[in-house]
Amino acid sequence: MCRVIDVRQAVLARNDALAGALRKELASRRTTVVNLLSSPGSGKTALLERVLAALVERGVPVAALTADLATENDARRLARSGAPVKQVLTGGLCHLEAAQLRGHLRGWLPADTRVLFVENVGNLVCPAAYDLGETLRVTLMSVTEGEDKPLKYPMAFGLAHLVVLTKNDIADAVDFDRPAFTGNVVRVNPGVGIVPTSARTGAGVDGLVERILAVAEGAAVHRPVMAGRVREGRLLQDAPDDVPAGQR
Amino acid sequence: MHELSIATAIVERATELARRHDAAGVEAVRVRVGEMSGVVPDALRFSFEVAREGTVVEAARLVVEEVPARARCAACEKEFAVGTPPFLWCPHCDSPTTRLLSGRELEITVIELAEATA
Repeated sequence: MCRVIDVRQAVLARNDALAGALRKELASRRTTVVNLLSSPGSGKTALLERVLAALVERGVPVAALTADLATENDARRLARSGAPVKQVLTGGLCHLEAAQLRGHLRGWLPADTRVLFVENVGNLVCPAAYDLGETLRVTLMSVTEGEDKPLKYPMAFGLAHLVVLTKNDIADAVDFDRPAFTGNVVRVNPGVGIVPTSARTGAGVDGLVERILAVAEGAAVHRPVMAGRVREGRLLQDAPDDVPAGQR
Repeated sequence: MHELSIATAIVERATELARRHDAAGVEAVRVRVGEMSGVVPDALRFSFEVAREGTVVEAARLVVEEVPARARCAACEKEFAVGTPPFLWCPHCDSPTTRLLSGRELEITVIELAEATA
């Protein structure tokens, strides 16, 4: 004998609910979360150093939380900007979850923070599935990684609100095919913005900072096609406010 | 390889329901996994076997229904298979304005509970 219970619930419902609550709580104190996703070695930290420095210079209260499997090297680098920085060691876990982030913010995040950057674990697979309560999800890729990366990691690029190309100063040296890259990005995420940057020369950093500040001021964020949400067995496209950012 | 985290979430939900309904155990958990959910069904099955150990879900089967990704073009209203890797442009009229119909599912549909034998 067995009893059949109709569940019809997203597997990550708990994470999504926590992320939604975190987004609401942070929004009430005017903090915008930017979730940064990329492969290891894409230059996430180097670019973030630049972005933090630019925001600190403009007098914007910012903070950064950086997640790695091990070492506190990234936090040391980012702290040079003068912004509050926290290193999270996941101890081998391949991604951050909303509950972890919430725990790490408690008692640490300064109340007046306008933009909180979360540098996710360097990995383009697992972090894509977890909403962290972010308003802006940025997927980064360097010119050395190959134009077809968006097709190899369609979730990471398909759910991004913004795509950032890094190390653009060496694009010619590595024969980076920019039109092919753009084509692959819009194939999985029609309409998403792409910002080329170079942490070495500083090119594109101001443009990126402007975009982030606009979102912090309430500008509309791109809604990826892939972000249709499943609820009770149906895909919801016209997402209400409480829908996870990664699925908007 | 976040399938272990996903499997753990499934086991936790099934455990909660078994407890709430006073069940002796769980016989099966049915899930729907979309082609664009980012979850690999084989890795999920393997992870489920690890995650269920020592829980009331220990003897449960995981039944995975794979859901193909489909979209509808907002411009010409035709439906099409998105494919892998996904192509979110309409193959009929080359328009980028598509709406996803399915493929992002990652949900528990049904849990089959074993009745208490008392």
